[in-house]
Order: sequence, then C-alpha cells, then structure tokens
Amino acid sequence: MEVLRTAMAGTLESSDAQVTVEPGDGRVELDIESSVINQFGRKIKATVEETLERLGVDNVKVKVVDKGALDCTLKARVEGAVFRASGYSEDEICEGKKLPWGGAIR
Amino acid sequence: MINAVGRDIPEKVLKDLNMKPFAGTYARNGEEYKKAAPTVRCWMDPKESKMVDSIHDVLVKCGLRDGMTLSFHHHFREGDYIVNMVMEEVHKMGVKDITICASSLGKAHDPIVPMIEDGTITNIQSSGVRGKIGEAISTGKLKGYAIMRSHGGRVRAIESGDVHIDIAFIGAPTADEYGNLRAVGGKSDCGVLSYAYVDAQYADKVVAITDTLVPYPNIPASISQVNVDYVIVVDEIGNPAKIATGAAKPTTDVRKLMMAEYCTKFVINTPYFKDGFSYQTGVGGASIASTISLGKIMKERGIKMGLGLGGIAGPMCELLEQGLIEKLVDTQDFDLKAIQSITNNPNHIEITGSEYANPMNKGAYVNKLDFVILASLEVDTHFNCNVVVDSNGMVTGAQGGHPDTAAGAKCTIVIAPLLQGRTPAICTDVTTVTTPGETVDVVITDYGVAVNPARPDLLECAKAAKLPVKTIEELRDMAYAITGEPEPIKFGDRVVGVIEARDGTIIDVVRQIKDYEWD
Repeated sequence: MEVLRTAMAGTLESSDAQVTVEPGDGRVELDIESSVINQFGRKIKATVEETLERLGVDNVKVKVVDKGALDCTLKARVEGAVFRASGYSEDEICEGKKLPWGGAIR
Repeated sequence: MINAVGRDIPEKVLKDLNMKPFAGTYARNGEEYKKAAPTVRCWMDPKESKMVDSIHDVLVKCGLRDGMTLSFHHHFREGDYIVNMVMEEVHKMGVKDITICASSLGKAHDPIVPMIEDGTITNIQSSGVRGKIGEAISTGKLKGYAIMRSHGGRVRAIESGDVHIDIAFIGAPTADEYGNLRAVGGKSDCGVLSYAYVDAQYADKVVAITDTLVPYPNIPASISQVNVDYVIVVDEIGNPAKIATGAAKPTTDVRKLMMAEYCTKFVINTPYFKDGFSYQTGVGGASIASTISLGKIMKERGIKMGLGLGGIAGPMCELLEQGLIEKLVDTQDFDLKAIQSITNNPNHIEITGSEYANPMNKGAYVNKLDFVILASLEVDTHFNCNVVVDSNGMVTGAQGGHPDTAAGAKCTIVIAPLLQGRTPAICTDVTTVTTPGETVDVVITDYGVAVNPARPDLLECAKAAKLPVKTIEELRDMAYAITGEPEPIKFGDRVVGVIEARDGTIIDVVRQIKDYEWD
C-alpha cells in the first residue's frame, strides 16, 4: 500500500495515540513519543512496524504520539492513518478503493 | 546490602546518611531512645513583642545562615504561599545549602526549582513531591539526597534527632500577637495544624505567619504561644480555593463503583465489622464511594463506627452528623465540609502528627485501626506498594500516611484499578517500595480481589462475601495479557532519593532517571 499524502488518526487523549503518516524517502522512518516509553517503547515500535508490514507499507514517515494506548488501539490508529493517506476513507469505497475489512484490517 | 523487602541499598548511601537497611516493619519495636531537644530562647520580659514586620527581618533575627534546616507544613496543600514566600527571601539574602524539611511539597512549590539548581536548596526531606520539584530530583538537580518520609516517620525523625530543625515556619489561618495559632476563623482556613505541632516543639526558632491577626488569646490553640518566637502578618498565606475544595461529586465511573462495592462487601464480611469498629479511608473516587455505601449498611444494621481517623473529607463528616461515627479524629482536612465540621462539631477532634502515626511514641492512633482503605500507583506480587515514584521512575507522589496506617491496621485494603492507561497497577515488582507487603492484606481491583497468603482468615472472608477471588499473580497475569509485559526501567547509577521506612531505616532508593535507549 502506498502512502500518497499526509494523514492522521487518533487523539492525544489518555489511552489513545495520535499517528501521523507522510510519504517517505524510500524507507520506513519512525518517530515515537510515549508517556509509557520506559516500559513499552520496544513493544510500541514492534506493533507499529508489524502493522505497517501487514499493510504492505515500506515507504513512509510515521510519527506516533502515544498516551498509553493498548496495542489494539495503536494498530487501529496506524491503520486509520495509512488508509487515509492512501486514498481510502471510512466510506468503504472511495476513489474506487474498498477498505479491506477482515483482510488487512483486523 | 539487600534489605527485608529484597531491595539493594548501596553501601555508599547507608554510609552517607548513617542509616540502616529496612529489617521488617516491627523490627525496632520496644527499642529505647532519648528524644532530641531544641535550643530555646526564653521570653521573660512581658514588654517584649513577638511581632516582626517582614520575613526578611525575622530571618535576620533567627540568625539565618548557610546550611540551616527550615521546616514547613502542608495543610494549605496546593494553595500554599508560605514556602515560596520564605524561600524567595532566603534566596535574596544569598544563603546557600539549605535543607527543606516539609511535611509535604506539591506543585504549588514549583517556583523553588531554580533555587535547587543554584544551590540555595541542597537537601529536601518531605513526605513526597509532585510537579517540577519531582522532576528536578529525578533528573539529578538536587545536590544531596531527597529523603521521603511517611507522616509518622517525619515525627519520629524530628523527635529522635535524625533531623534538627533550625527554623520552623508555620502558616497559621489565625494568630494572636503572642503566637497562639488556630486553623479556623481566618481567610485561609485549613481546619487543623496537626503536622506542624512537632515542628513547633522541636525547632530552635518558631515563626508564625498569618494573614488574620486576632485579639489575644486565640484559644483553644492548635499551637501554643509557649512554642512560638515570632509572629508576622502578611496579606495572604494561601489561596483558599486550593486549600479546601468544594464537595467532590460522587464518582460515576463504573470501574470505581464496582471496586467500592467489592470493598464494602469485603469489609462487612470480616469479624472486625462490628459496633465500635475503627476505620480510615482516603479521598479517591473509589474510597469515597465505599465510605458512602458502607454508611448505608451501618445504618441498616445499627452498627456504629467508634473511631474515624485520618485525613478527613466530607463523606466521613456526614456519617458523623448522622450519628454513625462516635469520634472523628483528624490530622488533615481535604474539603470545606471537613473544615466546617471540625469548626462546629465537638466530636470531630484535632490530633497531632505524632498521635496519629509516629511509630516510636508510646502508641499512635493508627495502631487502633481495624480497617484502612488505601490507593496505590503500583502493587506487586509480594503485596509491596509504591505511592511515590511513577512507572517511568519519576518522583511524583507522597508516602503520606500510607505505610503508617498499613502497619497499624488489622486489615489493610488497597484499591487499585488493574490498569492505569497502559500501565499495569499490579506488577511483578514495584518500581520503588514505599509500603512493605507484609502490612498489606487485601488488594481490590476491577478484575478481582487478591488476599495476602499471610492472611488465610481474610481469604475466607473474601470467599464468604462471594467476591471474585484471584491470586495476586493471576491479577498480574491478567494485566500483562492486556498491556504486554513491561520492560524493566533503566535508571542511571546515582541515587537521588531515599524512601525511608517509618522506623527510620531505608526501604528503597530512587535512582536518577535516564533517557530511553532503543537498543
């Protein structure tokens, strides 16, 4: 999946994460801030990387501002940001692209 | 050296502070010791006035110099102006190397951080710290050690001479010109002056600061003229809106309500729940909710509380008014209702910090508790609690009466939600031990209730109450299944703070935090 433009998902509320993605320089670049970085930094990084891989995104800049989100929330926010950046929207079909519910979105 | 809760206390720290490692909650029981005494200047001539015009003048009169220990109380909570007011003047005078010995410090005292950085303040002794002072300590800006003491432990430290106070500054809602101090009747009422009592008795110089000078004699006094050297009148000693908040709305958070219900069910199924029982609780949402639901059952069954103890908030005062509590015994007031109650109700009584919780007097009120309901940032599989350092390793809380009441009560109940955001409140090992697990009996979470294996009697009570009983390890596993297992925090080597057990030994140390390393 290709990140075509800058997009964001999530909030800065406690237990949420705000994920911003933008087109990359040919690789995956992560910038992670977290209120629980000392306890979960590596787990957050791994979750974001796994989610990007599952979505087939390999050319992206990702900024995560995490406020103690659980993994399921993090995944959802990364997915949301990537799909918005790739021309998908919540309306299932947008520009002829259908959100892969039950496929890449789990 | 590894202490009794398994924490490694570096030899250097033990040597620097001339302290011993924690050896068990009651290890010093029965010990004899000689109390310290202040050096007092007598006031014999009735023509002499105690009134002084300014803080500057009083600091000069008290002979302020480098290296002195200055003390403060925290009854004005986040509305306190006294610490900043005094320290600003100390700073202007260019005095260095001051030790602050406060009953607690909060966000209201963020303005003293630059004085930590420039060496005006080099040591802090407090129940705990919040806000920027905590950050300053955790990032290694304080030259000496921060010593965190419980409320009872602070009294013990002063009375035994572990710390000697050169000048005590006591913010007083009302004072007369001869130094009788009360906590009601002024513009900034705080209800009681319990934690300042020991300062008045043991400091060489005692300075009262008030914004409401009243006619002599201002009695019955919380602190008497016989212990006060000087009286100063300033415009404002605090912000009343932050000293005493209005009534907190009862919580509607279903998690907290569920934990409160578990707590009440447990309490009423123990043999201690009978006429004349004694009880202390905190001011968290779940604690307040459990006090309210317990009150209903007391009314139904005609069971009265003999003693309600501690920091007091409105709900306990309401039980007193309904005749469900015989005596409400008070060391700190959290809201306007509590202040009104102690002002008007003869069965609501002020006691000193020593009476409340000092482990080395001849018997403190905490020893008479049947129940104490506490909160905790973290509880571990050994039932140890942490209430001072957050899960990132930053100093951000206070011991308060946590270890004192836990050590005293027959039944110590800790209420903690299983998760605080992503941070598991039930974990394998707490970041820092403040209250030893041997004094913690029951842990109530929104996912189940765990009983300390040392208390099989209470396990039966929990089962009889039909509570969802789990082992503490099961609770931890449930938490980790949701959050993932947390990485151990990597600290720097330098010890920046000491968690002092209530008996004056070291239960744990706080190390300097360092930036997270990805690899």
